[in-house]
Amino acid sequence: MRYAMVIDTLKCVGCSDCVVACQTENNVPIGYCRDWITETVDGTYPNIVLELKSERCNHCDNAPCVRCCPTGASHIVEGGIVLVTANECIGCGACIESCPYDARYQHPDGYVDKCTFCHHRLQKGQLPACVSVCPTKCMYFGDLDNPNSEVSQLLKNRKHKTLAPEAGTNPHVFYLI
Amino acid sequence: MTTSRRKFIKISALGVGGLATASAAYNMFGTTSFLNTFSAPNNSKALKRTATYCEVCFWKCAAWAYSDGEGHIQKIIGNDDDPHCNGRLCPRGTGGVGMYNDEDRLKTPLIRTTINGEQTFREASWDEALNVVASKLKTIKDNHGAESIALLKHGCPGWHFEHLFRAFGSDTTAEPAFAQCRGPRETAFALTFGSWVGSPEPTDIRDTKCLVLIGSHIGENMHNSQVQEMSDAIDNGATIITVDPRFSTAASKSQHWLAIKPATDIALLLSWMHVLIEEELYDKAYVEKYVYGFDELKAHVREFTPEWAYGITTIKPEEIRKTARAMAHAAPAVIVHPGRHVVWYGDDTQRERAIAILNGLLGSWGRRGGFYLKDSIAIPDFPHPEYPKPKWDWRDIGENYPLAQMGLTNEIIKASIPSENAKYPVKAWMVAGTNLIKSIPDTIQLQKALEALEFLVVVDTMPMDITGYADVILPECTYLERTDIVRSATNREPSIAVRFAAVPPKYQTKPGAWIAKEIGMRLGLEAYYQYDDFDEVVNWQLKEMGTSREEMEKIGVKKYPRQSGSLYLNEDEVHHFGTASGKIEFYSHELKDLGFDPMPKYTPHPEPPQGFYRLNYGRSPMHTFSRTSNNPNLTDLKKENDLWVNPKVARIIGLKTGQRVWLKNQDDIISTFSIKVRVTERVRWDSVYMVHGFGNDNKKLTRSYGKGIDDTQMISRVFTDPIMGGTGMRGNYVSIVTENPHKNEAI
Repeated sequence: MRYAMVIDTLKCVGCSDCVVACQTENNVPIGYCRDWITETVDGTYPNIVLELKSERCNHCDNAPCVRCCPTGASHIVEGGIVLVTANECIGCGACIESCPYDARYQHPDGYVDKCTFCHHRLQKGQLPACVSVCPTKCMYFGDLDNPNSEVSQLLKNRKHKTLAPEAGTNPHVFYLI
Repeated sequence: MTTSRRKFIKISALGVGGLATASAAYNMFGTTSFLNTFSAPNNSKALKRTATYCEVCFWKCAAWAYSDGEGHIQKIIGNDDDPHCNGRLCPRGTGGVGMYNDEDRLKTPLIRTTINGEQTFREASWDEALNVVASKLKTIKDNHGAESIALLKHGCPGWHFEHLFRAFGSDTTAEPAFAQCRGPRETAFALTFGSWVGSPEPTDIRDTKCLVLIGSHIGENMHNSQVQEMSDAIDNGATIITVDPRFSTAASKSQHWLAIKPATDIALLLSWMHVLIEEELYDKAYVEKYVYGFDELKAHVREFTPEWAYGITTIKPEEIRKTARAMAHAAPAVIVHPGRHVVWYGDDTQRERAIAILNGLLGSWGRRGGFYLKDSIAIPDFPHPEYPKPKWDWRDIGENYPLAQMGLTNEIIKASIPSENAKYPVKAWMVAGTNLIKSIPDTIQLQKALEALEFLVVVDTMPMDITGYADVILPECTYLERTDIVRSATNREPSIAVRFAAVPPKYQTKPGAWIAKEIGMRLGLEAYYQYDDFDEVVNWQLKEMGTSREEMEKIGVKKYPRQSGSLYLNEDEVHHFGTASGKIEFYSHELKDLGFDPMPKYTPHPEPPQGFYRLNYGRSPMHTFSRTSNNPNLTDLKKENDLWVNPKVARIIGLKTGQRVWLKNQDDIISTFSIKVRVTERVRWDSVYMVHGFGNDNKKLTRSYGKGIDDTQMISRVFTDPIMGGTGMRGNYVSIVTENPHKNEAI
């Protein structure tokens, strides 16, 4: 089992529904977020390319945040999901500094928080909140170890990229381009 | 309450009773105080779900509100069976919880009063506020007739107050959704196909092979199923053609982006018709069978070559030909989308006629992948006596615009400014669910009307700008706190959806249904309110429709079989269109007889003078007009609008991204607030762009006060559509002011 998220940038409209759905599902305090939208514009009028992307923790195989965590609060569970155990976290912020995706934030209650791929929902057989709500259905989630899964098939058949591949983290959020 | 004294009050209510209660539910988000787990996700097991439909915008997606039984709404999730959302709400629907939690909500009835010469609001009991409203309405009816009291409305509360007004004897009603938004397309499509476009639009986007968007930015306007189906169309490999001076999100998904010079769309549409006819690419069998006036159209567009259009639109002839061929190649599975907010330059009905005719040439109306034949089910009226017949109504007020199909807000506003020879003088308004200050152009005229009114009562959930002008403010609860009218969807198949109260109303707020009835009872209209509670009405209606409250509580949405035949035109049957000729009318005798062009013509529009840029405005997917601008969840996504400026312009003026500027328009109106510059290649050098609905001028809206510029403030020039009275708003120009023009004023 290796969970992965695949996001089709050709369909994303950058509406931020994934952000607000995550906030209400996971009690993320107003003013903070576990996922966010980026917009990249290239070219000059009228030859322009616009890319909209929903970004979050990449649940890396080689996760710098886990390696640098002094207490073991940051850890990897089954399916490759990177989690933070809040009551083991001392809020030192080393993981925040180490993350090439800027995916972590200091929760006002003192611990570090980030995307969990909605681990609690997966356990109930539900998709992550962001995936389940997206109006453009541009987000896909599943098991990369299963070659027939939707995510495996999409990565097999479509051109795609990951973010900051040079960081060597082996991220598991993929972008169809 | 005397006339010409209505000063704008920034809701500085006397007394603190209702204002001191900071919302515990709002704080809920920030108080996950336990540290024993990796996260504190909502535990949906313990939550109760209640069927509702959203009212953050007016697409009205059916949803489930999850509450914990203690007045906290945890989350709102789309109803899988709803054709408006298919189980996926948009960010505003998902963030609807913020509308409920917003601690800046109106909390208690307020009455205007004067203390030591200063106007302010004081808190009042419902009984007192309702008595004041009823007695004022009665007095004005006695003196001027019930017709002189206008209802300006939007959304579900409007329905309840319309019933009240009709019972009281007034059908002087309008909503900005017509003359400030969709009106031209409804009139144009009625003239051409004998049918309104309506909402949701019957565009068969999911099955289309070619979607043409003209200044319509699906994806930024977040009309849910339209966005979803555009995504399906992308998956299916459909060709998208976008005509827009701005590189919209939709443009970024398009194979063809035609970066048109603003205000020249009709020239492009005419030249597309020219190509389709000249190259014989139009649907000949369809035109032969269904169309009236093809020969006239053929002669009319003969001279409108792509070369002619190039000089006007700046779109290259080969690009015009290529896109016309792409449409014809996809036909009849092609949609030239009518758009939604289409009041631009005053010849909007004619532009929409051109869009309708183009669809007719392509044979897309009533065809798979084009426009389906919509269907819906009527909600039975709870029994009540006939409404009295008013001496005059919205039709008379709009009589100068022969094809206005609904009340014209702007004409009611004009009729509210006293004048010697007023035929239909309006003396008082009720405003329900619409913030006129941010939706009606020409603020000066609106101010004159507001000052002259003998009485203004505003019903809203938030202290929007318009409440500052009210004599009485009645705080409505949000959609999550009330049982409301049954929603009937116009769609591929008829369906209904219900809205039951997920939580009791917070503060002293009340449902619109209750407020309307209480006023009605005080006006002696008991016969129109033969029930104790609106729930009774809904329960009766559901029973009449072969279902029940119990069933609807479980399913939220119920589908019904189509009543009106097939989804698409049946090729073997004669189809009678609802036009005078019974055919699709390319040539309109109705327009000709009224003195208008029977077929659309291109007319040049004025252009911005040196140093000015055309003000274009649009939508953000996270907000609904000014309605959501203070919503804690949605301001978290987007706090203010920004001013899109082309890098060439930025270089000339010396602007940098993030810099704050003010705007001054062609009539020397200076924006109250400033806006952040966003230098971007996505906008043309002859125009600037901003998202509509920001720049709130009410300090009680703590999150949104003074954030960004209100585009409506800059829209002082209106080009009125002579056919249906729409207020064209895209002919305003702004210059960019880099020094604070208010630095010597105290604001």
